[in-house]
Order: sequence, then C-alpha cells, then structure tokens
Amino acid sequence: MAKVATREELIHFLQNKATDLRRKIIELSVIAGGGHLGGALSAIDILVVLYYHVLRIDPKNPRWEERDRFILSKGHGALALCPVLADRGFFPEELLSNFNRLDSPFGMHPDRNKVPGVEMSTGSLGHGLGVAIGVALSGRLDRANWRVYCLLGDGECHEGSVWEAAMAAAHYKLGNLCAIVDRNMFCIDGPTEKIMALEPFKRKWEAFGWNAIEVDGHDFAQLIEAFEGLPPVTSTVPTVVIAKTVKGKGVSFMEGVGAWHYGGLDSEKERRALEDIEKMRPKG
Amino acid sequence: MAEGISYTVYELYKDLTQTEVYGQTLVELAKKDERIVALTADLARSTKIGVFFDAFPERAFNFGVAEQNMMAAAAGFAISGKLPYVSTFAVFASMRTAEFVRTDIAYPNLPVRIIATHAGVSFGQAGTTHHCTEDLGILRTMANMTIVVPADSIETAQFVKASVDWPGPLYCRIGRGLEPLAYMEEDYGFRIGKSVLMREGQDLTVIACGVAVLPACEVADELAGEGISLRVINMHTIKPIDREAIIAAAEETGGIITVEEHNIIGGLGSAVAEVLAEEGIATKFKRLGIPDVYSVIGYPEDLYHRYGIDYEGILKAVKEMLEMKGVR
Repeated sequence: MAKVATREELIHFLQNKATDLRRKIIELSVIAGGGHLGGALSAIDILVVLYYHVLRIDPKNPRWEERDRFILSKGHGALALCPVLADRGFFPEELLSNFNRLDSPFGMHPDRNKVPGVEMSTGSLGHGLGVAIGVALSGRLDRANWRVYCLLGDGECHEGSVWEAAMAAAHYKLGNLCAIVDRNMFCIDGPTEKIMALEPFKRKWEAFGWNAIEVDGHDFAQLIEAFEGLPPVTSTVPTVVIAKTVKGKGVSFMEGVGAWHYGGLDSEKERRALEDIEKMRPKG
Repeated sequence: MAEGISYTVYELYKDLTQTEVYGQTLVELAKKDERIVALTADLARSTKIGVFFDAFPERAFNFGVAEQNMMAAAAGFAISGKLPYVSTFAVFASMRTAEFVRTDIAYPNLPVRIIATHAGVSFGQAGTTHHCTEDLGILRTMANMTIVVPADSIETAQFVKASVDWPGPLYCRIGRGLEPLAYMEEDYGFRIGKSVLMREGQDLTVIACGVAVLPACEVADELAGEGISLRVINMHTIKPIDREAIIAAAEETGGIITVEEHNIIGGLGSAVAEVLAEEGIATKFKRLGIPDVYSVIGYPEDLYHRYGIDYEGILKAVKEMLEMKGVR
C-alpha cells in the first residue's frame, strides 16, 4: 500500500492499481481456460477502491475481529477478487497458477474455507446480501464499529431473495451495511432491461427504505466520495451504491458486449486486451 | 414402570410438546451462552421459539415470511461467531430454502442449528402443503449435515443441550403436538450419532425414529408376553447413521423393520438399507412410512394409523415378518 499525500495522488495510485489488476484478470483468465471477464472488468474499479482505500483489513490476520467485512455476492467475480486478495498479501500470487484445476482453492466462485480473505463462499446469486444481514446484525449485537460491504451484480437483483434481504436491512435499520450494485446492464442472456427490467432501479431501493446513491463505477473520485460519505456505522439507514459500469470495461472488443459475460482468450485476443488495458494507465 | 426410575423427569416433560421443550431448553442454555441467537420467519409462536423472543429480545430475530433470507442471515450470524438456532416448519426449512441451507450453511460447514417443527404429518389437518415427508431425503444428500429426529420431548431437550457444542450444521425435525413420552428419564446417555437400544431382543428388530419409537416399544412389550423378544432401536440420528447397531441387529436378529414419519424413499429406511447392502448382509427387511404418496388430510393419529406407523401397523408388520422367519 503506497502512502499518498493528496487526493490526486490517491486517484493516480488507484488507477495504476486498477490497470495492473485488469492485466492480471486477463492473464488469470488464460490460466483458467476462460472466465467471467465481462463482470470482472466491470467490477474491478469498485474492488480496487474498496481494497486499497476503504476497507479496514489486515491481510496477515484475515479473520481479525475488527475488520470490515466484504461479501462478494456476485461470486462469479472471483476472477477479479482473487488477484486483488493476492496483491493485498492474503496469499502468494503464485498460488493462482492452478486456478480451476483439480483441488485448487481457486475457481470461478470463491470458497471461504479455502481462500484467505474470502468472507463467504458465494456463487449462487441472491445469497450474499442475506448473509450480510446476519453479519450486520451480529455487528450490532457486539456494538462493533466495523462495516459490512456486499457487492451484487445487477442481474442478480432479479432474485427475490435480494429484496427479502433489502426489506430486512431497512427493517433492522442496518446503517452498518453498504451494498454496492455493479450496474453493468447485462445478465447472461442479454441486457437486463430486455431480459427482465430492473428500472427504475434506484427508486426500487429507495422504496425499500435504503439510502441510494448513483455513481459512475469507473470514476475513482466518485467512488471514493460515495464510500467516504457513508453515514456513520451507528446510523439507521442502509446504503446502496449503484455503480454504473461497463461490462468488459477497458477491453475494446468486450465493452458492452453481453457475450463476454464468460469467455476465453486466444493469444491474439489476449495481446489486444492487454494493449487496450495499458492505455488506461495514468500518465506519470 | 420399573423400580428406581425417577418420576420427576417424566412428570416434568409429559405435558410439554417437543416444540415447547425446545424453546424452554434453548432459553436456559442462552442464559449461559451469549453466542446463541434465535431466528424465525413469522412462526415464533407456532414453533415455540417465542419464549426465547420474550427472554432475549435483543438476540431474537424475526424475518417475516421470508425463509430464504432467514437461512442466509443465519449463515451470516455463524460466520460472525454466533450460534444461530433457526426455527420454522419443516416443509419450509427443508424445501423452500433448500438451496440456501445447502449453499450458505452446509457447504461452508457452519454451525447453524435448524430446528424444523411440524415435521412429517404432525400438522396433518393443515393438509399436504404443510406435511413434510421429504426432508430427511433432501438433507441427507447435503454433505456436512447432521440430522437428528428426537423420539419425544425428553430427547428433544437432550438434543438441544448436545447441539451447542456440535461443530457443524444440524437439522433437527420435531413434531407439533403433545406426543406421549418414549422415555421415562433423561440420563440415558444421549449422544448425537449413537442410537439407543430401547428394548433388547433376538427374534427381530424394529429401527424407528421420532414418533414411531414409542409404539415400537409398546409392540415389543406386548410381544414379550407371548414369548417373543423384539429388539427396538431408536435411531434418533439419521446422519451420520449408527452402522454398528444396524449390522448387529441384522446379524443377531435376522430381520429389520424400519419405521418413520417420512416417505419410505430417502429417509431412515433408505439409510438402513444402504448399510445392509454395503455390508453384504442378507436379512429380511421392510420399510414402514409414507408409501411414496402425498399424505392425505387428517389428524396426525389418524394418519399414523393410515400409513401403518402406529402401534397396530408396526405390530402387523412385525407379525408378518416373524411368520416369514418361522418364529411362531
């Protein structure tokens, strides 16, 4: 973790980190023989802001009592989360070299009992926010001052259980809970608004009693501001950050193409993808 | 009743349903163990976890009619160092939320205690939607899951006490009404995973669980008067199953009848059959239970009779098998 003096330096650092991690996502997808590239690339900037600026965590003590909790409800984002955890020092990056292979701790969806830093085993959609409710209620019981963050996919919000959890969070006044939705506008079969419309999305969360904020999910300044501006842990309203993102962000031939929800790269596509990503690196 | 048996315990429990005993025992345990939290989905009163809600309102959580979220939240409590006891009807605990139980609780091997009430046909008059004759089969295929079916209120109390220190997830199914007690006392050495020999016998064995244990014992007592010795085993833990007791029963008595308030497919009978087949033991064998149909509407006692898992049904099956064995 670099020491940064100013907001500009912080954003520069995070952009640089996001570029590194986008590269790692591409490389890991090649090791893995394919992966959820679209959703990993749409979520990575959110993960970078959380893991390199917002979350209070101790990679040397993954189950540190006072840590902030992060639950990857869109478990298919493991392709993005695992390189982040490795880079933050939860485990050596070399371990990722057997991703998806027999007996590997690492696969398409994260396993809490196998990967240090993974708070909850996820993959089936519509579970993480409910789990986060139990964690947040436990935090309240213990009068803890840590927060629970939960990253959902937007297609995931088709699941009724997401709204059961949304109802419960408001009912139990869980101001220590922050949901983030990676609003990349796509589920597997196509655009969310064509498959099963989610809009008016923000108003749905507000109607369920949440403090709903919309940001550009690739704008570091906006993401930082949203997380830094969260109401105190002791507040009585849960917050959802609806992060408007682009599926496949950073790779020209993937951006906004639903088919890249899951895919594999040959060496030519890998080269082009890395070339595109390098263009995102901040100057200086 | 034999001499020296304490009547106090019997008196204490005889007027309490399994659900009431569950709620009261948990309250007692929670006084000493701050990790315990209770969850329900708009069934606090029906499942009798309501007494916990009165005693520890801060540690009791009602999720409304939203069982999936309740199971997910239970997992969230468990990964946060709490010991969640989740109560709802068996039909919802096992089927409405099956994938939440499997993915959030069984797969990560979390210490969540699912107390499924109104199991089997114990809420018979509520109709088939509220019967639950599939749960043992479903839960048995979830790795890490331990499944217990207490025989009565006394055993329910023993189970709840034993559950506190059990390392992984637990599914316990209990009834609804006031079932007569199968036990006279409580210090019979209840251990999760270890069956209880209720009646010693050499001619035949009945392996029962839950509400079928008492009538099986009564059949044994009746037949004892006719010079027939019927072994009765209370197989309160369906998984992991007590293989040794099954093997010994087959080898020593040459015939096994299983009795359960569940579809004959997937539950106790299937679990016993698996052990027998794998051990290569040839023995007479019969499963009593709901014969792969949707159980009809009716009061529980009438349904137990209809499906042959009451005293008369067990007696009939035992006599038929004894005849096949040429015992009489």
